[in-house]
Amino acid sequence: MTKQILNPDTWVDRYSDYLFNYAVTRVNDAEIAKDLVQETFFAGLKSAKNFKGEAAERTWLISILKRKVIDHYRKINSQKAKAMVRITQNRDSENEGDFMEQQVADPDSLLENSEIENKELGLAIHECINKLPKKQALAFTLKTINGLSTEEVCKELNINPSNLWVIIHRARTVLMDCLNTNWFKI
Amino acid sequence: MRNCKKAEIICTKIQYKEATFLEKFQIRLHLILCRTCKGFVKKNSKFTSLCDQANLKTLPVEEKEKMKRILAERQ
Repeated sequence: MTKQILNPDTWVDRYSDYLFNYAVTRVNDAEIAKDLVQETFFAGLKSAKNFKGEAAERTWLISILKRKVIDHYRKINSQKAKAMVRITQNRDSENEGDFMEQQVADPDSLLENSEIENKELGLAIHECINKLPKKQALAFTLKTINGLSTEEVCKELNINPSNLWVIIHRARTVLMDCLNTNWFKI
Repeated sequence: MRNCKKAEIICTKIQYKEATFLEKFQIRLHLILCRTCKGFVKKNSKFTSLCDQANLKTLPVEEKEKMKRILAERQ
């Protein structure tokens, strides 16, 4: 196996969106997620000399971010140590939901599952975007995720609209193939 | 073959709701004849709905630039 090396200069371009998505689905707050990503990069720089080159750069950064997310929850939990869980026993309704058994989540419901799936789907798509050539990745991100208009993207990339559509089309074709192997068949 | 290439690009435009009326008409006509493109249209729409479902987010460009600067200072 080839030994991995770190390139901190490219971290922001290559991994920030991926890490940000990872964080934002776990802390549910864009501002906190942004801070966590930044702290992750700092911690990465600090302990760069401990990097043994066994894992890929991104895997290594994700493992730091994981610790940061856990630390974040520890911190907010210690602040509200006295919080209590209250359950209202007697609601106004006559018979629906009077028993505790009727108040728990429906075990057959697929809703919770689909939320978890969507988190992973987001990461899978970002992983595929990372594999695209830089220009395609940028065009696709600006158009699809940031929802910019065609003129704005053209101006940003300095190309004409028909060029842009060809680029986006190519990006989408590659992404679909990539998701086919990394995710479920589309 | 050239028609298929064109149809695929129109299909991509449709995903962003930016195809003109004429283009929509052309692709309708093409899809009657071409099975491959029909499959592609289906796949492409599925991909769009997956992207919506995933609720993708990116860091704003300014934030990235700021992060880059701070990182460069610390190195």
